[in-house]
This record gives sequence, C-alpha cells and structure tokens, in this order.
Amino acid sequence: MNTKFSNPVLMKEIKLRFRSPKSFVGILFYLAAMSLFVFGFLYLMTTLDAPGTGGGFLNTEESFILFTILTYIQLALVLFITPGLTAGSISSEREKQTLNMLLTTTQTSYQIILGKLLSSIAFLALMIVSSLPIYSLVFLFGGISPAQLALMLFYFLLTTLAIGSVGVMFSTLIRKTAVAMIATYGTMLALTAVTGFLSVFTASLGFAGSSAGPSPMAHFWASINPAVVVASLLSPGSGNILSDMTGIEFPVWIIYLIFYTSLIILSVFIAVKKLRVNMKAGN
Amino acid sequence: MIDIRKLSKSYGSFQALHELDLEIPEGTVFGVVGANGAGKSTTFSILATLLPPSSGDALIGGASVRDSPEEVRRKVGYMPDFFGVYDQLKTEEYLDFYAASYGIALHGRGVLIGQLLELVNLSDKHDVYVDSLSRGMKQRLCLARSLIHDPQVLILDEPASGLDPRARVEMRGIMKRLKEMDKTVLISSHILPELAEMCDEIGVLDRGRLVARNSVREIHSRLKGDRMITVKLNGPSDEAVRFFENRPFVAGIAADPQVREVRFSFSGSEEEQAELLASASAEKFGVRSFSEEETDLEDVFMAITEGGSGQ
Repeated sequence: MNTKFSNPVLMKEIKLRFRSPKSFVGILFYLAAMSLFVFGFLYLMTTLDAPGTGGGFLNTEESFILFTILTYIQLALVLFITPGLTAGSISSEREKQTLNMLLTTTQTSYQIILGKLLSSIAFLALMIVSSLPIYSLVFLFGGISPAQLALMLFYFLLTTLAIGSVGVMFSTLIRKTAVAMIATYGTMLALTAVTGFLSVFTASLGFAGSSAGPSPMAHFWASINPAVVVASLLSPGSGNILSDMTGIEFPVWIIYLIFYTSLIILSVFIAVKKLRVNMKAGN
Repeated sequence: MIDIRKLSKSYGSFQALHELDLEIPEGTVFGVVGANGAGKSTTFSILATLLPPSSGDALIGGASVRDSPEEVRRKVGYMPDFFGVYDQLKTEEYLDFYAASYGIALHGRGVLIGQLLELVNLSDKHDVYVDSLSRGMKQRLCLARSLIHDPQVLILDEPASGLDPRARVEMRGIMKRLKEMDKTVLISSHILPELAEMCDEIGVLDRGRLVARNSVREIHSRLKGDRMITVKLNGPSDEAVRFFENRPFVAGIAADPQVREVRFSFSGSEEEQAELLASASAEKFGVRSFSEEETDLEDVFMAITEGGSGQ
C-alpha cells in the first residue's frame, strides 16, 4: 500500500473493531430486529385487510408507510449510536495512555482525526448497508423509487458524518470519555428536539404578531432538524406545509446540506487544531 | 545532538523548569536523576513535542521543538513513564501499526520488526496478543516501538520502573546494546545504581534546575568528601594509631585492638589517599588490607539535592 495515502489509524481501528465478535453480534441483532419488524408489518397488512376489500396484498401507500417507518428507525439508529461510537475516539486513547505515543509519531493530526472518524463511521455504514436488502423489500410493492433510496442513503451518510465529527471534536477537547459523550448527545438533542421546538416557537411568534410575514428563523430551525428534512425528502408535499407555516419556499435540504457540511468541516478543523499542543504557544 | 537552551516551564504559579541549559553530544547515554517533581518528565515531554515550553528552546539534531516539531518527531524515539498498549493487537501487528505511523514502507516492515523483536528478546512472542505479555515484556515492546523509525535520539522516561529484578537485568542488557548502536540516549530513573552502569554522564535535576552534571565517577569523587577507611593490621593497633594521627586529612581515628583494625575518616584527594596507604604498608605494624566504604549513588543524590535549588 502506498504510505502516502494509507491511514494507519483507520486500518488499525477497523482491524480492532471487526476482530471483536461483538460488532458482528450487534449487526446480527439489528438485522434480526429489522426483519422481524418488516415481515411482521407485511403479515399484518396482508391479513388484517377487511374481507371483500380486495385484501391479501400490500398496496403502494402501505409500502410507502413501511419505507417511512424504516427510514425513521435508521435515523434513530444514526442519532443514538453515532455519539457512542465517536465520542470516545480520542479521549479513550488518552485514558488508556496510548495517545502520547500516537502523537509522537510522524502522522499528521489530520490523518489521526480522519482515521478515527472514518473507522467509527465505517461500523455504522456497514450496519446501514447490510440492512439494504431488507429495506429493498419495499421495491416489490412499489411506491418508492431507487433514487429515493439512494437519496436517503446520502442523507444518512451526511448526518452520520456530521454527528460523528462533533463526537470526535468533543473527544479531542474533553479529557473524559463520559463527559465527551454527554456533550455529543447534548448536541444531538439540540439538533433534533431543540431545533424542532425553536422552529414551532418562532413560527408561532410570527403568527401572533400583528404582521404575519415570513419567518426565516422558523424556516432555518426546521431546515436543520433531521426529522423535518427526512419528511421533506420522503414526501416533497410536506415542504409545502412548512412553506405555508414559515412563509418561505426555499428547499430545506439545501440549508441542511450547507449547515451539516459546515458542521463537519468546523468540527474536524477544531479537532485537528486541538489534538496536538502548539509548541510555540508558551504556557 | 541535544541542545537545551534556557528551557523553562511553569504550570500556573508552579515553576517546573528554571532556565535549564544542557548539551548532550552525539552517542552519549545521559542519565537524568531527580526526585518526584524535579522536572524530569516535564523536560522529556517538551523534547518529545508533547508539551510546549514557557520560554527557551531545545534543539534535537538542529531541529527546534518550537519551530520544527514534525522534524523533531522524526529524530526522536520516545518512551513515556506510563503508557498503555493496544491489547487486542498482536505483538507484530502493534509494531507494524507504529511502523506505518512513521511512514515506513510495507515491504520493509517485516524484516525490521523481526530485528527489533530480536533486540528486545521478544522474537518468540511475535504472534501473541499484547494483552498476554508481562509488564517487563510490554516495557521491552514499547522500547522496540520507540526504535521503529531508527531515531537518532532516544528519550526514555523511567524505562525500568515497576519491573522485577529479572526484567531489570534484561532491560539493562538492552540498554547496553543501544549504547553499542551509538544512539544518543536520554534516560531517567530512580534506580540510581542502574543509571551508573548504563550512562556515560549523569545530570541531577532538583526543583527544575540542573544542580550537577558530570560523569558517574566524577560525581562520586566530587561528593565523596570525608570517607571512612578501614585498615586491617597484622601487628598491634596502637602503633598504627600513632602513625595515622600525624598524617594530614586524617581525623576521627578509632582502633579495635581485638580484631586489630583501625578506622578513620579521610578528606584528601584520591592521590593523597593512595600515598597514605602506600606509606602505611611500609610501616612495621603491617597492613593486611584496606577498605573504603562505598558511597552509594543514592547518598550522592541526596547530598546534591539536599542543598536545595540555591546552587
């Protein structure tokens, strides 16, 4: 392998993570739970239809509902697992007293941070990719296009990378893994629950005011909320509801893309800058 | 090879290093002795580019830790006093990871790792998990890791701490081999006699200041001062007492007629001591043997650091 492009930390972390049977057992349980849900859903939908209504099959609406539920399950997985996978990436090295030796090697800070981030994400990516065959069952019943599935995959990748970058950043800045994890989960909560609340709150302020004009803040808070963006990607019609509420017609996914890409760049930049001490800094 | 210039480090109001000046020539094995909090680990951490100095600078092979830390990392192999290992990696994989981290090409790593494992006597453990190694073996593995990129300078912070006597002997053997490889080694230890065996020179750090720096032998002789000499006699001790009483630098004579032995303290130089003993041998009372109480390096260390930082 060309040493110029290889990332020793990434290779080592992947080796360590997949050497442990725990990783595979985790994926196995996830896929088993997902399969149980999907086949349970299919069974219920095909047997509970009222007699004489042409039941015994899954219509496109039901197929779409299944896809929507699966997407939200995947989103929950991304939101809850990513902080746990990334928030200990640097701080645990510090706690295990291996970080100093890593920092005295000639690897760049960028290489180390990227290796840590990508290796943590790799596990989650494997989980998502391995669930694709179950996910793809909805194609049998229509209602979802492959392009929509690809879009969702890209969305998950971006969201995972963003939350993962925040996790690695906190892991670099905070010495204790437990505290770094709390900070990352706190950020995740702010991006989901708090943005949702702020969006509704600022929109309601607009309604309550004397001039019911556009509410850019309400639109912004909604645009960076992962659940809102998933809804807009799944059914573009939901964008109209948001436009009606905020008075702004700008597509939420563009704001989401810009915001989360900026978040990735900023978090990685801070982590790279703070990983090693500045030898010129004095105290 | 190592040039430390007015290096200072403070943690808030606590001054860990006070304008430390130290020059260590290429190929020297230099031992640093000091009590806890003397500034040894702080100095080593700065040299390993893990800690920025408050003022001053240190050059490793001409590269400044302040201005060119990347270059310093290429030149330095560092072994910290406390370290962890990746337990789930095998010994070979552990070294391979660090070889990759130093940008060593894949095709050359196998031979290099084999040589290093042989150097630290771990060849038979190449395929075992690091987790299963004893503490002494982990110390040796860490030493091999610090040598993986063939650094010019080795910085070893307490490499023998916490080891059992057998592991210490093994570590000492490896140090001797490093010395033969002509590496410049900066090593700290609390086990002073071991340092004396391994090092060309020793520096004593006390409260962030270098209070003594010399060869092991010179430090010994400088601090010997009054030393106790015991002379065993063939003849009666009263004659010997009379002889030694009239000699310069001799004080506190005590005789034991039953075992025919005279003890006294001597404050002269080593040459003057040799002269005295030669002339005593020519006397009628007859000298069976001489012995000088060995000054322990720990005593030397205590004597130097007792004076405080005022030196």
